[in-house]
Amino acid sequence: MCVRPRESAMNGQDLAWGRLPAPAARMQSLYDRDAALPAGEPSLLAWGMGRSYGDVSRNDGGLLLATRGLDRFIAFDAERGELHCEAGVLLQEILEFALPRGWFLPVTPGTALATVGGAIANDVHGKNHHRAGSFGLHVLELDLLRSDRGRQRCSADENAGLFGATIGGLGLTGLIVSARLQLRRVAGPWLRGDSRRFGDLAEFFALAQDANDRSEYAAAWIDCLASGARLGRGVLLRADHADDREPAPAPRRASVPLTPPFALINRWSLAAFNAAYYRRPAAQQTAARWSWRAFLYPLDGIGRWNRIYGPRGFYQYQCVLPPQTAQDALGEQLRAIAGSGQGSFLSVLKLFGAQRSPGWLSFPRPGATLALDFPNRGDDTLRLLDRLDAITLAAGGAVYPAKDARMSARMFRHSFPRWQDFAAQIDPQFSSSFWRRVQDA
Amino acid sequence: MSAAPASVLIVGAASAIAEAVARRFAADGARLFLVGRNPQRLEVIAADLRVRGAASVTVHALDANDFDAHEAMLAAAERALGGLDQVLIAHGTLPDQALCERDPQALQQALDSNGVSVVQLCNRIATRLQAQRRGTLAVISSVAGDRGRASNYVYGAAKAMVSAYTSGLRARLYADGVRVLTIKPGFVDTPMTQAFRKGPLWASAATVGTRIHRAMRRGEAVVYTPGFWFWIMLVIRTIPEFVFKRLGKL
Repeated sequence: MCVRPRESAMNGQDLAWGRLPAPAARMQSLYDRDAALPAGEPSLLAWGMGRSYGDVSRNDGGLLLATRGLDRFIAFDAERGELHCEAGVLLQEILEFALPRGWFLPVTPGTALATVGGAIANDVHGKNHHRAGSFGLHVLELDLLRSDRGRQRCSADENAGLFGATIGGLGLTGLIVSARLQLRRVAGPWLRGDSRRFGDLAEFFALAQDANDRSEYAAAWIDCLASGARLGRGVLLRADHADDREPAPAPRRASVPLTPPFALINRWSLAAFNAAYYRRPAAQQTAARWSWRAFLYPLDGIGRWNRIYGPRGFYQYQCVLPPQTAQDALGEQLRAIAGSGQGSFLSVLKLFGAQRSPGWLSFPRPGATLALDFPNRGDDTLRLLDRLDAITLAAGGAVYPAKDARMSARMFRHSFPRWQDFAAQIDPQFSSSFWRRVQDA
Repeated sequence: MSAAPASVLIVGAASAIAEAVARRFAADGARLFLVGRNPQRLEVIAADLRVRGAASVTVHALDANDFDAHEAMLAAAERALGGLDQVLIAHGTLPDQALCERDPQALQQALDSNGVSVVQLCNRIATRLQAQRRGTLAVISSVAGDRGRASNYVYGAAKAMVSAYTSGLRARLYADGVRVLTIKPGFVDTPMTQAFRKGPLWASAATVGTRIHRAMRRGEAVVYTPGFWFWIMLVIRTIPEFVFKRLGKL
């Protein structure tokens, strides 16, 4: 029997990828892009796959609109690579459709299990930001359903203000119903590149700049527990789409079947993992070939990997630091992290490019971006994150809302100077736990 | 698939399971004829199927309980498709059991929507497939039809009618080279509940749709989907009545 629950309750920890404790939520599923918004609710917020980490996808006390049922393609121009689709379509579904036709997403985050609507609302970026900018740069137009003005088509030419506010607008400007996306040409499913170790931050900056100049994709893993002379050591990975046309192997799938009663990530397991990751032979290879899944989405093959952080979940932290201050500030942050003994097994460092997104609240901007996760150890973790914020703030940097669950209103406003212009574009019926949190100055 | 695109008729094409099956046929390059109550909804689905590779998609509005309109719909489908290779009957509703117990009209509606209309359609389709001596007729019944349970025996009775009818029809048409497939889905999850913490008995519409598509192409007979429902229903059917009647609202 086919059951289509109109409204259901959802466990709070499953609302966001960080699995931090949160109240249960009421959720209503959407299947019809022509339907009206539900009326009589305290507030609304779209919810896609719950792949943002903190509370941008939460709306405690309000109603979540689950968008995965809006998963239809609307039109595809095979000559120009323009795909028009509903907002609940997964990036993975686009890639599986587009690749055999010679097209690929121009920008993708580290998971393909995010919806188009979520990618727009968080203006996501990937390892090729220095070439392609963020996701929003490739949105030709979008349809927004507003509680006060109905359906609004938005693009750089039409409703430009609403368009700018919606790209990276955290779902607050109304319900993103559909979007027309510009894809990019590729020959096949393979990428070719190399990986190189670097011994410290200075070496990272030199290598990363060179990689950005020469390769489509570039990002580094760093050992966030190394200190002293090894501070900032890591492995830089870079790649370009290859000309190989042979089909890629079917993806392997595994899953973390349950949440362990305690975090598997601790000081000792981290130190061991990080040292082994740095020393492994694959950290230094000159001619590597990866399938698109292996290079771009290594973690998508492991379902619910976020459970390894245990029942209390984890915080993710991502900041961007301007070029002038990046090296010093990064050193300071890494020293603070190594000194705390908290840290993650996947810390990512990358140099953003100069491409500007149309989004007013877009996070990527020129400079170095650092992303890491921390098992939730309560106040100890929050203190460390506040310390990282202070360094980011002093350096003139910004913190990424899609990853955040705790930044202050002050940090948010410094990160996004156009927040007041943005606030004027918010749909009166829409809100989120994140937004209410960063209003409390 | 053979070189020529398959001709596929789907009744109840706006249901989540039917849409999932249609997407698989579209990816094969099939020609599709979609039937449902709401033509606007069907057009949205049709556009999606065209993008996914369907050679052609035609939509047709029909209330399945309007039995007199069945013949015209089938004629239109044959005209649009140039024959029928694969037929899927997927329409139905989940009736309110308590309401059916009080209201004879609701009861009739539930039996018509889930049972009688299906059988009436199959009867006409069988004639056509028998005449052309080939084709597959797949019908979505339910595990609920395997035994009447207190919580939804009206739905179960209608589905039992579908299961019994398709069983007989399968035997009648076998020698003619026509395949009849009885599909018994268990709990089918919708896209929304994907990320839910849900019971292990639930399956997604996409999973069930993929299984149905495979069974239709292979000409299978009875398919429980997901497959473990065969074992669950085997146990439920085996429970002696003197025990079963005491289980209450199972």
